[in-house]
Amino acid sequence: MALLSVQDISVSIGVLSPLESVTFEIDKGEILGLVGESGSGKSLTAMCVMGLLPRIGGTITKGAIVFDGRDLTRLPELELRRLRGKRIALISQNPMTSLDPIIRIGAQIDQVSTLHLGLSAEAAKARSLELIAQLRIPEPAAIHRAYPHQLSGGMKQRIVIAMALAADPDLIVADEPTTALDVTIQAQIIQIMAELVRDRGLALMLITHDMGVVAQACDRVVVLYAGRVAEMNVIGEIFAAPKHPYTRELIRCIPRLGQEPGSLKGIPGVVPSIVDYPEGCRFNPRCSDAQALCRERKPALERKSTGLAACHFSEA
Amino acid sequence: MISFFLKRLLLLIPVFLAVSVVIFMIVHLVPGDPIDNLVQINSSPEQKAALAARYGLDKPLYQQYAIWLGKALTGDLGDAIILRRPVSDLIAQNLPHSLSLGALALLFSTVVGIAAGVLAAIYKDSWIDRVTMTLILLGSTVPSFWLGLLLIMLFAVQLGWFPVSGARSWDALILPVLTIGLGGVALVARVTRVAMMETARKDFVMMLHAKGVPPWQIELRHVLRHALLPVVTILSLRIGWILGGAVTVEFVFARPGLGSLLITSLNQRDYPVVQGALLMLAIAVMLGTLLGDIVQAAMDPRVRERIK
Repeated sequence: MALLSVQDISVSIGVLSPLESVTFEIDKGEILGLVGESGSGKSLTAMCVMGLLPRIGGTITKGAIVFDGRDLTRLPELELRRLRGKRIALISQNPMTSLDPIIRIGAQIDQVSTLHLGLSAEAAKARSLELIAQLRIPEPAAIHRAYPHQLSGGMKQRIVIAMALAADPDLIVADEPTTALDVTIQAQIIQIMAELVRDRGLALMLITHDMGVVAQACDRVVVLYAGRVAEMNVIGEIFAAPKHPYTRELIRCIPRLGQEPGSLKGIPGVVPSIVDYPEGCRFNPRCSDAQALCRERKPALERKSTGLAACHFSEA
Repeated sequence: MISFFLKRLLLLIPVFLAVSVVIFMIVHLVPGDPIDNLVQINSSPEQKAALAARYGLDKPLYQQYAIWLGKALTGDLGDAIILRRPVSDLIAQNLPHSLSLGALALLFSTVVGIAAGVLAAIYKDSWIDRVTMTLILLGSTVPSFWLGLLLIMLFAVQLGWFPVSGARSWDALILPVLTIGLGGVALVARVTRVAMMETARKDFVMMLHAKGVPPWQIELRHVLRHALLPVVTILSLRIGWILGGAVTVEFVFARPGLGSLLITSLNQRDYPVVQGALLMLAIAVMLGTLLGDIVQAAMDPRVRERIK
């Protein structure tokens, strides 16, 4: 039984349905990459798992999210709140804006362990100092007293990670944790998170649009396109033998050393608008292999030789 | 923090000088002459000139200003021409009434205004929000002199709970405080509500939900703290307004105070009193702003950073 199993969930926000039949699983000690362009529904999937969808006005219309044997879509808000921060933690997209700017760094980390572990103020502080040190931030005591605006972006993201770890969670949802950071800091942060998964045996759902990050860290990958799962496979297979034309295009778009100048091209066309998704396979207007069938019938997510893919024409 | 306080205090000196020039000039630009009010109708030009000389009104304006400012800095605001008493005595006599009224009205506006704003923001779009906002709209549009009269009619004349006017007992303060304070309640509640709703949309609030912090704690410990920053600014600007703008309310309730002193002496062209009272109000406005800056710096580390 996987730690988290997202089973066929669909989401609606008002008249829009930005997610359709999304399915995947994460086990302990595993890093699952959730990849796709902006607007593919990655962050929304994170909101679903965190149980925060109602906060942005969305509802899960179908499916289940089973975490450690319990269906989160059926849990009352109070129960969800006890899981949030304690067993499922979030690392958000933008460390610059994720911390309360007028409260000391230390108090914001302490808050999690006093809330969920019932620690005293001193014990919480000791724990926070330890976490700050573990994330290789120099001078933990000074950082504990500092305010967010006194720290760099990379530092802040480590603080957000420390906050996520403060109550010893089983699952961490990281929503584009490195997008707002410098490239050199990005690699460090990804490495820190990969080590955490290895050392603590927790599960990490890593949302990104960067195939380089996927290649660096993930064990398995879910590729989302326009609110549907296009393909799901282990990391080696995704790069060696992509089953969905969209995945192939994504991999083609990774810049390589020694590439002919000017030969790097994006995927032709644009991501379809949520108010006007194409009939059949949503990738068909951009797909070079599209046939009549692709415009008529929606491909099901099917088991292929390895992994799953939603394409009428990929080999078995 | 202390160096910030001193710096702000030093900055007030040029402001104070500029304000003093304006006050002095305005009074002399107003048509009318206190000497005309003072002398008998059939007195001779010589008698008038003698009186003018006695009060220094025959000297050139810049000399009058220098003398006035020099004395004012030592606490001597001159003698009232009509009321024939030292201006500082008149102010000392009226200021406590203005201060107690102003302080209570400010306290009332702050406490009730913030509470109403928080409720309206937390229960936004519910009946609580609509009722609060309707009352706030009423509170900010009804003129205070009219509201004062209504309150007198209901609570003093009909019900007889409070005195109609005057300042002889503590309960005479309640209706004036309500009259001045309700406008402030409306203002503070509106600013609090909007600031809370704006803060609630910030990323760090979503992060707090993701940390599993109970919603009431998020609203009161985090969102409200941010929402109070603009409220402090509004309140600090309100201090001067309440002291000086209480004029009509003091008039309606026949209360002594800086406002009624100012109106009386303006009507009588009693220059020294007008100047003295205006100067006190200007100082109150400046100190109010200073206080607001200090409170804001104490609440927001980013403001403290900018000062350094």
